[in-house]
Amino acid sequence: METKRKLRWTAGFIFLLLLAAGFFILNILKGTSSIPAGEVLEALSGKDSGLPSHRIVREIRLPRAAAALLLGGALAVSGFLLQSFFANPIAGPYVLGISSGAKLTVALAMILALKNGISVSSWTLVAASFAGSLLSTGAILLLSGRVKNMAQLIIGGVMIGYICSSVTELAVTFADDANIVNLHNWSMGSFSGADRGDVRVILLIVVPAVILTFMLSKPLGAYQLGESYAENLGVNVRLFRVAMILLSSVLSACVTAFAGPVSFVGVAVPHLMKSLFGTAKPIVIIPASFLGGASVCMMCDLIARTVFAPVELSISTVTALFCAPVVIVIMLRRRKGGS
Amino acid sequence: MSEKKAVSAEALSAGYGHRAVVSGLDISVIPGEVLTLIGPNGAGKSTVLRTIAAQLEPVSGTVYVGGSSLDEMKPQELARRLSVMLTDRINSERMTCRDVVSTGRYPYTGRLGILSADDRAKVDEAMELVSVTHLADTDLSCISDGQRQCVMLARALAQEPEVLVLDEPTSFLDISNKLRLLTLIRRLAAERNIAVIQSLHELDLAQKFSDSLLCIKEGEAKYQGTPEEIFTGSRIAELYGIDSGSYEPLYGAAEPQRTEGEPEVFVIGGGGTGIPVYRALQRRGVPFAAGVIHENDLDHPAAKALAAELITEKAFEPIGMAALSKAEAVMRKCRKVICCPEAFGTMNSGNRKLLRLAEELGILEYAEGSRHD
Repeated sequence: METKRKLRWTAGFIFLLLLAAGFFILNILKGTSSIPAGEVLEALSGKDSGLPSHRIVREIRLPRAAAALLLGGALAVSGFLLQSFFANPIAGPYVLGISSGAKLTVALAMILALKNGISVSSWTLVAASFAGSLLSTGAILLLSGRVKNMAQLIIGGVMIGYICSSVTELAVTFADDANIVNLHNWSMGSFSGADRGDVRVILLIVVPAVILTFMLSKPLGAYQLGESYAENLGVNVRLFRVAMILLSSVLSACVTAFAGPVSFVGVAVPHLMKSLFGTAKPIVIIPASFLGGASVCMMCDLIARTVFAPVELSISTVTALFCAPVVIVIMLRRRKGGS
Repeated sequence: MSEKKAVSAEALSAGYGHRAVVSGLDISVIPGEVLTLIGPNGAGKSTVLRTIAAQLEPVSGTVYVGGSSLDEMKPQELARRLSVMLTDRINSERMTCRDVVSTGRYPYTGRLGILSADDRAKVDEAMELVSVTHLADTDLSCISDGQRQCVMLARALAQEPEVLVLDEPTSFLDISNKLRLLTLIRRLAAERNIAVIQSLHELDLAQKFSDSLLCIKEGEAKYQGTPEEIFTGSRIAELYGIDSGSYEPLYGAAEPQRTEGEPEVFVIGGGGTGIPVYRALQRRGVPFAAGVIHENDLDHPAAKALAAELITEKAFEPIGMAALSKAEAVMRKCRKVICCPEAFGTMNSGNRKLLRLAEELGILEYAEGSRHD
């Protein structure tokens, strides 16, 4: 059994790596303007030819694919952290309203900056987003102290999300006309805005945060048994809970700052990974969720921008289509399990 | 002296923050000993256990595990010495029983928690000890409550503890699983020299499976001692404030409240034959008299608890005139006599006389299932 399991895990990781690599390549090859593969390769080889097709590949497609990869992975890992934290399989940054909280503060920061004619740096946006994430997470934590029921917590999170969204809409409505289009696009969720500088910032935030999360695999595994058991096993539960919240907030804040809210990936991907690998062990599921989230987001982004090209769909429209059914399946399975 | 003790505490107060729930606790458990906490619901048994397991700060006093104070012990060190089994339900999905037991190795593994060959051997051994090896690859959510408790016990053992803290390990289990688990815990305590501190709801089991007992009531340790010391007289009834019914400490039998009133039925009992009849009458709410029962008879405790009127004879003495005439007087007032014993001997030949009298009076009825010629 142990060897069978190891085989399954190895196969799973090979599959995910191929999947992620495949979608990454597809994302660079495909687009509104058709560029032959040869030209794409030339563009990637680094020769600065100044050809428009080369610029499209290097300045638009490559950063966008990289953003989808990193942010998708971040989103799934953040979802896994939240599910472990709340011992709730339907928890995720989107359903708990954490993305919407981040959206609100980012929108406010943007409007404020644009009004005063200051340009906002990527770091500022992330900081604003992080503050918003923490605020909504705080609200959820207050709520979770009072409701123990899984469904009630989710409903509370969805409501917090709606409140934040309507305040955001309000702010956007009264913002300067010139900014509205931009803001509106972003607040629907899209990977389209990412440039190379953004990708560098994303890389600098997501990679360390995911590595840190991976380093927490051991206490996370103990925490899956519940707080009391984790404590008995020597986990400093208070500190660990703070670390979980900070990490999940940083990850989801980064996503929201650059791509706006992306729905359901955080819930669906960790669940799919648990099914694929047949385990909930964090040491397996954290890297798997990263790869899985990356693949799902790259796939959805590909669909969002190519299927109805030149019209582009919002990323959440596509992710919801693929991931929301998974959430329903999770709920049905829990019902059957009796808990 | 404290080196020899697995767990000790003096004048310990357990509670939340500055509010003590239980105070004045003196605890001392040596390796291999099983200490059981008993007491009414909400007395604070779990609070005490959680304080011993360092999950709650003592309100005052210090807990020593293996001679060292909990304040000075690193979490990892404590984790290697003390493990727990709690009432918390684990609702994690996709965890096999082996995964759950493996978490017991947490204090021994490195940064990422990867199990070494030695750790895996310890996990297998723990599952072997509790006989759950066949469940290793089954998901925790797919096994019965009894099996789950065994798996959780295996998990606690994989931690290789010197002290095992068990909070109501037998709740949710049926009687066969209760006995199995408690037998196992006793065996492990003896074989592995583990000190066990547990709380139990089932008094009869606490009496039979503990080396010592600690009774907690209304925020203090009421009594402390061996089962023989605790289960005497009315201590248990006092501890739990039993007011509807009674508890017979020697057999560990709880009986409902007797039906008071003028006896309507006279039950001739003896040798345990009377008990089912007493209970049936109590259920129907019929006040009855029981007699003549020797004070050392099997029927005596139940008759004492349930009969509205009881006529007894001294142990090992033949039924004498005094008891007989008293019984006769009571019997004449009854509308019915039920005779339970199938045979009479030297000591209870008096009861045969009662039977004859009942026959003459025409109010005799034999107990269901008993044969008389």
